[in-house]
Amino acid sequence: MFESLTESLSGVFDKLTKRGILKEEDVTAALREVRIVLLEADVALPVVKDFVARIKARAVGREVLKSVAPGQQVVKIVNDEMVAMLGGEAEDLNLAAAPPAVILMVGLQGSGKTTTTAKIAKRLVERNKKTILMASLDVRRPAAQEQLKVLGEQIDVATLPVVAGQMPVDIAARAISAARLQGADIVLLDTAGRMHVDQGMMAEVAAIKAASNPVETLLVADSLTGQDAVNVARAFDQQVGVTGIILTRMDGDGRGGAALSMRAVTGKPIKLIGTGEKLDAIEIFHPSRIASRILGMGDVVSLVEKAAETIEQEDAERLAKKMQAGKFDLDDLRAQLRQMMKMGGMQGLLSMLPGVGKMKNQMAGAGLDDKALKRQEAIINSMTPKERRHAKILNASRKRRLAAGSGTTIQEVNRLLKMHKQMGSMMKRMKKMGSKGMLPPGAMPPGMGHLLPKK
Amino acid sequence: MADPEDAKKGWFSRLRDGLRRSKSNLSSGINEIFAKRRLDEAALQELEDLLISSDLGVATAGRVTERLRRAKFEKNISPDEVRGALAEEIEKVLEPVAQPLEIGTEHRPHIILMVGVNGTGKTTTIGKLAHQLKEQGRSVMLAAGDTFRAAAIEQLEIWGERAGVPVVRTKTGGDAAGLTFEAVDKARSAGVEVLIIDTAGRLQNRQELMDELAKIIRVIRKKDASAPHHIILVLDATTGQNALRQVEVFGELADITGLIMTKLDGTARGGVLVACAEKFGLPVHTIGVGESIEDLHAFEARAFAEAIAGTGNKSEAS
Ligand SMILES: Nc1nc2c(ncn2[C@@H]2O[C@H](COP(=O)(O)OP(=O)(O)OP(=O)(O)O)[C@@H](O)[C@H]2O)c(=O)[nH]1
Ligand SMILES: Nc1nc2c(ncn2[C@@H]2O[C@H](COP(=O)(O)OP(=O)(O)OP(=O)(O)O)[C@@H](O)[C@H]2O)c(=O)[nH]1
Ligand SMILES: [Mg+2]
Ligand SMILES: [Mg+2]
Repeated sequence: MFESLTESLSGVFDKLTKRGILKEEDVTAALREVRIVLLEADVALPVVKDFVARIKARAVGREVLKSVAPGQQVVKIVNDEMVAMLGGEAEDLNLAAAPPAVILMVGLQGSGKTTTTAKIAKRLVERNKKTILMASLDVRRPAAQEQLKVLGEQIDVATLPVVAGQMPVDIAARAISAARLQGADIVLLDTAGRMHVDQGMMAEVAAIKAASNPVETLLVADSLTGQDAVNVARAFDQQVGVTGIILTRMDGDGRGGAALSMRAVTGKPIKLIGTGEKLDAIEIFHPSRIASRILGMGDVVSLVEKAAETIEQEDAERLAKKMQAGKFDLDDLRAQLRQMMKMGGMQGLLSMLPGVGKMKNQMAGAGLDDKALKRQEAIINSMTPKERRHAKILNASRKRRLAAGSGTTIQEVNRLLKMHKQMGSMMKRMKKMGSKGMLPPGAMPPGMGHLLPKK
Repeated sequence: MADPEDAKKGWFSRLRDGLRRSKSNLSSGINEIFAKRRLDEAALQELEDLLISSDLGVATAGRVTERLRRAKFEKNISPDEVRGALAEEIEKVLEPVAQPLEIGTEHRPHIILMVGVNGTGKTTTIGKLAHQLKEQGRSVMLAAGDTFRAAAIEQLEIWGERAGVPVVRTKTGGDAAGLTFEAVDKARSAGVEVLIIDTAGRLQNRQELMDELAKIIRVIRKKDASAPHHIILVLDATTGQNALRQVEVFGELADITGLIMTKLDGTARGGVLVACAEKFGLPVHTIGVGESIEDLHAFEARAFAEAIAGTGNKSEAS
């Protein structure tokens, strides 16, 4: 039922795939679609606006010249930017505190705090071999304390005995001292659900936090949340101070835009996701998975890979043209080195060719392994752009600088330059022979293979 | 703790309080946009954005804005007039679905089944509804049909006590369909007028749980072919566009007859209800505006539309 970003963008770009150049107006048209997709995925409007502006800056500026199918290119940029905004890498709970470390659970009514408290307890027992005490500070919801107690029994984790009539701050203090007495490593404090606009209740949870000094204060939020996600996350972060976010009900068919909204307004990592009612249904949050979910495309990964491939293909073709024109500079050599490394390095490359098993060993003996490739790249990296374009200006003092800058020797610098020169003349010869010389992506340019075994 | 003062205030003013407390208040947004302005393209675009911020969704927000364009485009229009016109457009969509829960006397017991996604407020709403019916002099019985979630039964029992109505229960892990069967019998022999059945929360994309719900409904129909007389889907106001999916799937697989929206006492405006009304036209009976037993109110199209548009806010604020 969702129209995926890929579909809506291919609509926009169908008419210009042949033209192949991303202009500002094309990007703007594409971003209208991106905007709708994000809003339908429940990303909050201010976050959508900010996001779209970033994409525009990236798409129109730097990558505008590549002639990948424009839709794919924008999808890739959108996806990459979203993954970055979602935090890039997965991040687990922080337990670095003197025991008993306190973890405080906060959030709106019914978001899943109590269930998630038990899930985290189970996870920490099983994975981190921790001793845990759970305590319910919820004196409001009918049978809330009973709920946590039953969950504790299900997972065999201790819960603080209920003392009727005790106030939440006092329960927290009692939980911490009980944990200390019992030698528990971690205390999980479940709190009552509260509206972020309920000042009395927000003050209560702030007081609980002040009294219990938690190492993690986790905002538990429903992944199905709509535009209100920004208000909720901002209010809890400002008034209580959260260290991480947990999104529940990721087992639903919601698109999960709240993840982006909450992360964007608080800057706090989304640490875990709830994926079911059962107590083992909790997982680490992976930004890339959520990104493709928000964008409504399971196919984004392959798509992006395809785009990347196309970009490489294009690089290779451009390189071939330059070679034919005899303009093979050190920038091009570096691109080639990088591509070789990406293709599995020298070993990987050679193992794809038939009958080179023996040669491989020879090469290793000659020190021509992947490390050599990296060192060669380091030398080129130390050059100025001008030097890379005009290898001729590299005199003795410049070469010394390069060797020092890349942590190599003058000999290595000379060897690299010789290789580059030989490749250049090889290409000129090829040109004379009238070869079209189109290289498949990642293929060794002529001359290089010839050079290698000789070291 | 719930402020007793708060509890006494009308739901509408509490609803407005919630909206007013929100910084990105829609009506103040409108004030910014339309102070001494013509209703031009840019203004309409911003207005559409503001509706989107209330969870109306892109399509519905677009249609409401379009109607406003047709009526008032390029006219000089004051912020108050824009708000009025906006509230009117929203009201037009909601008007036909604002239908109170009619519980006649032809069926005894009149059976109501509460369904919905996890944590939306089913059990709490049952408590509130039981209380309301009791106040009206009706006899009510509750059935603790959530045999899955920890302490769900105990939770409903406490609500039963609060409302002063009996609760039929089994043990946790028991068979929900079996319990339902038994509850219908008990309600019959006790001669109560209304039986409200709680169910476990379930996500609409979980086929096995939806099948289980279908089975509960079948069991009830075996006892009384005309029942359940109401199957109410409880929606959480903080939910975004997924609410449309919830209504669609619960509608298909569980024959829902109406909606209740809870948690309108926060800053969420529940605009997705406008989209639901447009798309499905299912009755909206009541709204939940808090956690106390009194916090259940009739759904009024005008009031809801005004709360979204912020009409009359100016005179009441300050
Ligand atoms: N499908 C699914 N259900 C969940 C998930 N996490 C929690 N739930 C369910 O959501 C409902 C509410 O969970 P609770 O843990 O009681 O929520 P809470 O935040 O403690 O609620 P209050 O204490 O009333 O504020 C229960 O039915 C849970 O089983 C999840 O990741 N997926
Ligand atoms: N602020 C506010 N809280 C509400 C409202 N309705 C319900 N709640 C709270 O939301 C939480 C979940 O309510 P429940 O009635 O347990 O929800 P449920 O749908 O029965 O949940 P499950 O059975 O776990 O699926 C509780 O903390 C309720 O007090 C409302 O209108 N406003
Ligand atoms: Mg709880
Ligand atoms: Mg319930």
